[in-house]
Amino acid sequence: MKSPGKAVIAGIAAIAMAGAFAGCSAGADASGKVELRVGTFPPGADAAAYEAFEAQEKQFEEDHPDIDVIGLEYEWEGPTFAVQLAGGSLPDVFTVPFTDSKTLLENGQLMDVTDEIDELGYTDSFNPVILDGVTDADGRIYGFPRQAYAMGLHYNRDLFEQAGLDPDDPPQTWDEVRAAAKQIAEKTGKAGYAQMAINNTGGWQLTAATAARGGSIQTDDGDGGYEATLDNDGTKAALQFLHDVRWEDNAFGAKFDLDWGTINQEFAAGNLGMYTSGSDVYTALVRDFGMKPEQYGLTVIPLDGDEAGTLGGGDIAVISPSVDDATKAAAVEWIDWYYMQKLLDEDAAKLDAKTLADSDQAVGTPLLPVLSRELYEESLVWIEEYINVPRDQMTPFIDRIWEQTPVGEPKGKTQEVYALLDPVVQAVLTDRNADIDALLAQADADAQALLDQ
Amino acid sequence: MSTVTETAAEAGVDAVSAASTPAPRPRRTPRTWLRGGGLSNLVFALPMLVVFSLFSWSPIVQSVVMSLQKTNLVTDPQFVGLDNFANVLADPLLGKAVLNTLAFAGLALLMGFPLPLFMAVLMSEVKRMKGLYSALAYLPVVVPPVVAVLLWKVFYDASPTGVFNTVLGWVGIPPQPWLQSPASAMPSLVLEATWAAAGGSIIIYLAALLAVPPELYDAAEVDGASIWKKVWHVTLPQLRGILFIMLILQIIATAQVFLEPFLFTGGGPNNATVTVLLLIYRYAFQNSLGGNYGEATALSVMLAIVLALLSWAYFKLTDRWSTT
Repeated sequence: MKSPGKAVIAGIAAIAMAGAFAGCSAGADASGKVELRVGTFPPGADAAAYEAFEAQEKQFEEDHPDIDVIGLEYEWEGPTFAVQLAGGSLPDVFTVPFTDSKTLLENGQLMDVTDEIDELGYTDSFNPVILDGVTDADGRIYGFPRQAYAMGLHYNRDLFEQAGLDPDDPPQTWDEVRAAAKQIAEKTGKAGYAQMAINNTGGWQLTAATAARGGSIQTDDGDGGYEATLDNDGTKAALQFLHDVRWEDNAFGAKFDLDWGTINQEFAAGNLGMYTSGSDVYTALVRDFGMKPEQYGLTVIPLDGDEAGTLGGGDIAVISPSVDDATKAAAVEWIDWYYMQKLLDEDAAKLDAKTLADSDQAVGTPLLPVLSRELYEESLVWIEEYINVPRDQMTPFIDRIWEQTPVGEPKGKTQEVYALLDPVVQAVLTDRNADIDALLAQADADAQALLDQ
Repeated sequence: MSTVTETAAEAGVDAVSAASTPAPRPRRTPRTWLRGGGLSNLVFALPMLVVFSLFSWSPIVQSVVMSLQKTNLVTDPQFVGLDNFANVLADPLLGKAVLNTLAFAGLALLMGFPLPLFMAVLMSEVKRMKGLYSALAYLPVVVPPVVAVLLWKVFYDASPTGVFNTVLGWVGIPPQPWLQSPASAMPSLVLEATWAAAGGSIIIYLAALLAVPPELYDAAEVDGASIWKKVWHVTLPQLRGILFIMLILQIIATAQVFLEPFLFTGGGPNNATVTVLLLIYRYAFQNSLGGNYGEATALSVMLAIVLALLSWAYFKLTDRWSTT
């Protein structure tokens, strides 16, 4: 019936509940422990991932005897999220992508954690660009940014070799990408370069390709209003590039309906030479799609022009808005322990890396720091002995990513605008005579109508 | 003699009129209802009533209410009147979705309506192994729809090594972009849907064919009719009623097509296969995290009204076209 008596929790809870009534015991089980349901990994992860999680759960519960952690399979999906939230079947702690955090906090679908983050003292350590994505207009914070990535160009080293290209010297400009794609298609019969096109990923990757050419698909007027700029030169150039790879060079392959999962599948199966996706995708490629590590290569996205930058993304650990105070306090403890400490503390970082490596999980996949670059690079030194991903095959990315300007995803109605761009990408890929200017003008008008709602 | 018959006739008339105007029933009060076993009737029907109202009627009522609201299921819903309906009707995708749905229904009629009939007539002519043929024809219906679609997705692989493209390659036809081009995506969907649903129709037609009196065929044969003449002059007229029922049922079913476009193409390429139901799904789930549940339910209500009208027409017509 009572909130657990740990000083820390009581302290946090006291701040959180200033003036509110004491938390009820909905989240407590018979033994007086607080039950905390946390999202783990997507359904269908392998047994090793479960082992790793169980080991970590045990470690946490030893440190926090008053919390009972229950791991739930969880995968962020926009379609099911609102329904799960309304139906009360969301975990207490889960992660959401940056793309959606603004929309969610504006909808009141996330828990305010400003006081807790201040209490833990890492408000100032966060990369401000990233923290901005979880902050509302009043400066309240709604989540813990836990992991970020930059868009990278992934390539298959085997196909490079078969096509007579040097896998240690990947393309550095879009023209070189196009030439390499053509060579791969001619020499191996596989797709040289492909890009996602459905379920909003078409818009997502087109936005990344736009940023790489110095454009952007919307401008932010600073007080909650947005202007759609879908018909900018960067987007036109990105679509023209797709058109040329597909129709002029015949190097795109035969699949114009790929999304995040299916393009990974194609790539892991060795049917695809190059594609763009988040730099952290290696883990999924090897763990979920059965890719052979030695085939994998990663480099930075070619940037074209002075304004060009690399689209980034990532995810945020958040708490369900419907939990009681005791559960919220436990949730903060868990997020701090499971997601944040390994970024800040040597012992925590080592323990986490060792646990993952012992269960054959990927350790050392290239990321972007959510805190500072110094802390991130230091943490890589801490865990050096446990790194098990072929970082030498990712050197082109690791060496050059710091020279690139990171660009955040558009914030206004992100997914809806992405959804509007999907058909544009599909039209260019499936109709040789698609009128890029007309398609973008129409999409731009539709996007502006959405943003004005 | 005559008087006797007259009185008898009158008596008969009286008897008839007496029978047709029943004695006035006692007024129903709660008490008489209770005495007459009304309570046990109610208790008997209660489980069904509860289940239906919980799982069938209340969601229907709720969705009608929701179609007049703006809600994201978390914050309090706002009443917005007919705004959702106006937004849906103003959406340029709606016209495309309706046309696509009609195209699917039309193609499904062209491909899927004559085929099972043709197969059924052929199979009814077969004398041996009838059971085997029926089982074979019905097999695709037993395959779970999602599995069937995923299987056909492999068949439709657009690369030269895809199953269908390999077969086409044997006869020198270049690889086709089945699901990957706006022109061929919809027919590809219909082909799979026809394959999946034909078995059920075949079984129904076979049953109907058994009901055709054999004397009619015998008479036709005596007149020297060929097999095609028999089908045209005997079989089809006898199946008229069932054909019409199947037609209406198929139209109602294809108006609600969702699974194929959802799983095969997600509505692509370039919205070439977006159907009304897929549009409803997109309103509710795909585009925004809060979900446009109001617009989704508004379009659902409109679709339901159209289908209800179709069903009403179906009942009216089947009354007149009764097969007996």
